[in-house]
Amino acid sequence: MKSSSHLRYKQQQFGFSLLTIMTFLTIIPIAGVVIYILVLGTPAISWEFIFGFPRGGMREGGIWPAIVGTFYLTLGTAAFAVPIGIGAAIYLSEYAPDNKATRLIRIAIINLAGIPSVVYGLFGLGLFVLFLQFGTSILAGSLTLSIMTLPVIISTTEEALKSVPQAFRTVSISVGATKWQTIRKIILPQALPGILTGVILGLERAAGETAPILFTVAAFFLPRLPSSPLDATMALPYHLFVISTQVPGMPIKIQYGTALVLLVFVLSMNIIATTIRSRARARRQW
Amino acid sequence: MERSHYEISLWKFLPIKSLSFSDPPGGGKSSLLRVLNRLNDLADVTHQEGKVLLDGEDILSLKTDVIALRRKVGMVFARPVVLPFSIRENLTYGLEVAGEKDSDRINGSVENSLQQAALWDEVKDRLDDPAIALSGGQQQRLCLARVLALEPEVILLDEPTSGLDPISTGKVEESLQGLKQDYTIILVPHSVQQAARTADLAAFLLQGEMVEVASGDTMFTNPRDQRTQDYVQGRFG
Repeated sequence: MKSSSHLRYKQQQFGFSLLTIMTFLTIIPIAGVVIYILVLGTPAISWEFIFGFPRGGMREGGIWPAIVGTFYLTLGTAAFAVPIGIGAAIYLSEYAPDNKATRLIRIAIINLAGIPSVVYGLFGLGLFVLFLQFGTSILAGSLTLSIMTLPVIISTTEEALKSVPQAFRTVSISVGATKWQTIRKIILPQALPGILTGVILGLERAAGETAPILFTVAAFFLPRLPSSPLDATMALPYHLFVISTQVPGMPIKIQYGTALVLLVFVLSMNIIATTIRSRARARRQW
Repeated sequence: MERSHYEISLWKFLPIKSLSFSDPPGGGKSSLLRVLNRLNDLADVTHQEGKVLLDGEDILSLKTDVIALRRKVGMVFARPVVLPFSIRENLTYGLEVAGEKDSDRINGSVENSLQQAALWDEVKDRLDDPAIALSGGQQQRLCLARVLALEPEVILLDEPTSGLDPISTGKVEESLQGLKQDYTIILVPHSVQQAARTADLAAFLLQGEMVEVASGDTMFTNPRDQRTQDYVQGRFG
């Protein structure tokens, strides 16, 4: 009797240890990537590297045009994807009848999220660059990135709307509010932190993508800032790809310096999203 | 959803101060209540026939202004649901969505409705606190006050005390007694005893059928129908 319970105790110990090891295993690559890039990239960081233009076949100077380009692309993506995504999510969560058509739309959105990003790039090239004649431009790139980001924004927004208690809706309707008033005055404000988190996470992904901008916006070497939405631009992820594979004799610290800037750009968006979420959780009244 | 038939003319009840429905669980009282302010519109009720007359108008008609109806027929739910606002905003929400701009009227209704719901003294110094900070019993009285702020004609209460302790239940019932003077109250009681304590007129529903409607006194002492008698005496339900 005693030995059997002893055995089970040992088994449990073993199970816990195994799970702990697995958890640490997941941390190792994350920590590894961050430390590696920090160590190799930090020496490159200087005033000139951030705010300067590339010189000497991109082997010297800075990456300012790529930073600005990625910033514009993120803004452009937000301009298209945020209103459309949130609007669609509100419709799906609050208005759409539960029928075949709605289910079909949902399946389409889920599958949209599974399409490889390079396919979006090709699609953007065909539709925006060539057919609509936007050329390789920030406009074409933002639209392509928007399509890729939409599923993330729609599904996280829907999730955020659904997490607002049903009872609020019933009560609001029962005191004579319309559905639209209920959404505007109760549901949206309560879901806003969740929506923002989803939006930022979606945009963060867009900011870091290379394939969709490859054919639609990114310039190999364009040492000036874009002047209009129809201008091409350099962008951080594509610039990193170029200097890592296409330019011989590239100093390694410039490569990792660029990676570090991209990482900081994306991680700071991530931190903002996490902060919004945890603050909202603390304040939430339900 | 099961098909149920009810024949009720609310105007007939208007001279009567309060009506209680009573039935074993699943009898259809909550569904009936939700017919009366068209909250069933939200559920996917596929079939509904018959008439519900309020002030001589059939509220189930397609022509009914549902928004206006819900202001006239307020509802308090079984579980207190305060909106994620302050105490004051919970009370002004209904007026605000109705487009009321007169701030004197809005402020007046805050105090008035809280007085009527016997909550004023407990919250008058903290009207801008989050409503969720109130106790369960206070929240339920706030829900009642929220309905009262709209100055309805009829108040529907769906087991409003089922989640409350006896003291809070007493306070809610007490404020209901006062409200009988000015409003038609339709209450789904949470026990036979509560029905007997509060009802001027009582109705007994069984599996969607309205078995008996009688004055409160008759219903609980000398019911006509055998099934009512069995229920009132606690043989089932």
